[in-house]
Amino acid sequence: MSETAEHSPHHIDVKEFHPRAQAAIHNPKIRQNFRKAMDGLMTKRKSAFEGWDLETLRDLGANIRLRALANLPDLLEQLEQKLTENGIKVHWAVDGDEACRIVRDICKARDAKTVIKGKSMVSEEMELNHYLEEQGIEALESDLGEYIVQLAGETPSHIIMPAIHKNTDEISELMHEKTGTDLSHDVEYLTASARLQLREKFMNADVGVSGVNFAVAETGTLCLVENEGNGRMTTTVPPCHIAVTGIEKVVPNLEDVTALLALLTRSATGQHITTYFNMISGPRKPDELDGPEEVHLVLVDNGRSSIYQDDELLDTLRCIRCGACMNHCPVYTRVGGHTYGTTYPGPIGKILMPHLIGLDEGRHLPTASSLCGACGEVCPVKIPIPDLLVRLRQESVDGDKLHPAKVRGHGAKRGAVEAMVWKGWSWMHAHPGMYRFGTSMAARFRKLQPGQIGGWTQYRTAPKLAPKTLHERLKERGQ
Amino acid sequence: MSSRDTILQRLRNRSGGNLTAPNCDFSVLERPDWPVSERIAMFEKNIESVHGEVHHCTEETWLDRLAEVLSTRGARNLLVPKEHEIGLKLRSAVEREDLPNLLIYDEPIESWQSVLFNDVDAGITSTRGGIAETGSLILWPTADEPRLMSLVPPVHVAVLYASDIYTTFHEAMQVQDWGAGMPTNALLISGPSKTADIEQTLAYGVHGPKELIVLIIE
Ligand code: SF4
Repeated sequence: MSETAEHSPHHIDVKEFHPRAQAAIHNPKIRQNFRKAMDGLMTKRKSAFEGWDLETLRDLGANIRLRALANLPDLLEQLEQKLTENGIKVHWAVDGDEACRIVRDICKARDAKTVIKGKSMVSEEMELNHYLEEQGIEALESDLGEYIVQLAGETPSHIIMPAIHKNTDEISELMHEKTGTDLSHDVEYLTASARLQLREKFMNADVGVSGVNFAVAETGTLCLVENEGNGRMTTTVPPCHIAVTGIEKVVPNLEDVTALLALLTRSATGQHITTYFNMISGPRKPDELDGPEEVHLVLVDNGRSSIYQDDELLDTLRCIRCGACMNHCPVYTRVGGHTYGTTYPGPIGKILMPHLIGLDEGRHLPTASSLCGACGEVCPVKIPIPDLLVRLRQESVDGDKLHPAKVRGHGAKRGAVEAMVWKGWSWMHAHPGMYRFGTSMAARFRKLQPGQIGGWTQYRTAPKLAPKTLHERLKERGQ
Repeated sequence: MSSRDTILQRLRNRSGGNLTAPNCDFSVLERPDWPVSERIAMFEKNIESVHGEVHHCTEETWLDRLAEVLSTRGARNLLVPKEHEIGLKLRSAVEREDLPNLLIYDEPIESWQSVLFNDVDAGITSTRGGIAETGSLILWPTADEPRLMSLVPPVHVAVLYASDIYTTFHEAMQVQDWGAGMPTNALLISGPSKTADIEQTLAYGVHGPKELIVLIIE
């Protein structure tokens, strides 16, 4: 496995959630940028569904995803067969490292020096850019938001709007510093400058890399949803196109896509539809004058097949990556995406990432929620996110063997003191004499009770013990 | 074992047992059978809301409208299809002085990429239909109308027959039987290229066309 070792991504420590959250809460700029953006997105989403029977549509969305998952292995085989018939080469990767190596090998075979990339969350999962740079291949993001984030040497803070944490001033300064554009508040000017810079890159790139929103097994079609046209450029101009996707993105029929697309764009940005809905079913044919000569699809597992084993956790795989759950999350809205330190932030990140990185590393994620339920309410495919959060919370402190754990690192959040307290608690409840003695002692010495009880009293006052136990009071009443 | 087999085997031997597939009822996507005039109105309203520009024409008047639209933009040239009747009609109007230079995309992109990227002002394509509910154009690029025609020039003019406007994407797909087979590339285009990546401020023409002009032929 020496090849795995060469891929050594620069990690943000997920465990540092709390200090980062504190810092974000005290940063007025971050809070302002997110508040403004998320308020706007919530309003737009709401009006985009006006006149729709939203509940029925969400049921359909959930059923389409469940049906696809129920037939997942067959669908993947059908997809592979159709794509191959269409002239698209299919590759399989058990994890991100293998997926990176597959991309590298395709690039090497073409002697490629430069890669231009459309937005793809799976490639963030794989840390593909970093890997390619290590291999001496330049990887440039072509989505404006991703481009800005890349200039800043950062990672995306939102799955739909990567640069949402920055305001125009910050972006203007960044572009000025890195690309020499004039300092300007004019978004048109900044956008036009980026267009110019990237046009050159599109023309000269050897390979284009994109994600996939839906992969249709029936016709062997890869669907991409975007507004800018960078996705079309990336998949059309370079002579070779490599699409990367998680194995869960397959759906049986084109018809399924019509419903999912309606849900996706409205939930994400409140648009009825995006500017471009791009359906790719093959490389350039001999008589065609443009389009890539070669098209590849890399199917990435990276932990998905283990999520697939569990009936409840499986729901996570329904996700169509619309980002609505983060837009509506009171925690995300205040601390922003970088605080999580994970590829997928917000509610979906809190239930997806523990699978990918383990509960030991991601143990703060399931607790970073008020359990208000907003995420579950807006999710277009009805993923019961709050239920899954509770389940993962339980697994993260579960020290007993009652619930066979499914997620790596279960019990990681269980502290020694807490474990002892609970053990004592359950022992006392099993011994009535000790229980009565214990509670009456607690009532008698209640003045000694500490005023601060760890995290509990951070935002609440400590509960006070009653002067008499319930048993004693009932006895007095002669019952 | 190959990664392919490892993954498929893990999925097939699922520890939770077999999953049952729920039924999918698509009737929520169905819409009443609106008359053409209403579909046109809805299409127009929706595509204009995303910065598309609509002109109502007939077979007789569309050339005039096109000439007008292009001259107000100062377009020096227009990329046209070679075989499609749109291209034929335009090329047969050579004597017209109000039309810009006509260019034909009849060579592989590699041989003239920098011209296309730097010197072409506008492109005109046909469409396979429109979708009223979302204000979308359906494009299936071909050898005659390659993919980049509707993407690279700063102005994209699309010709849409009013009779080809469907109410929903679902309806268009069913009526045109897309499941029977797809071209190498198919597209829904709804408005000009845009971004809101800089502080949610809309800007047009970030990578694709800055303007989308639809000539609806009734
Ligand atoms: S979990 Fe639901 S709301 Fe969140 S990104 Fe996925 S589909 Fe959207």
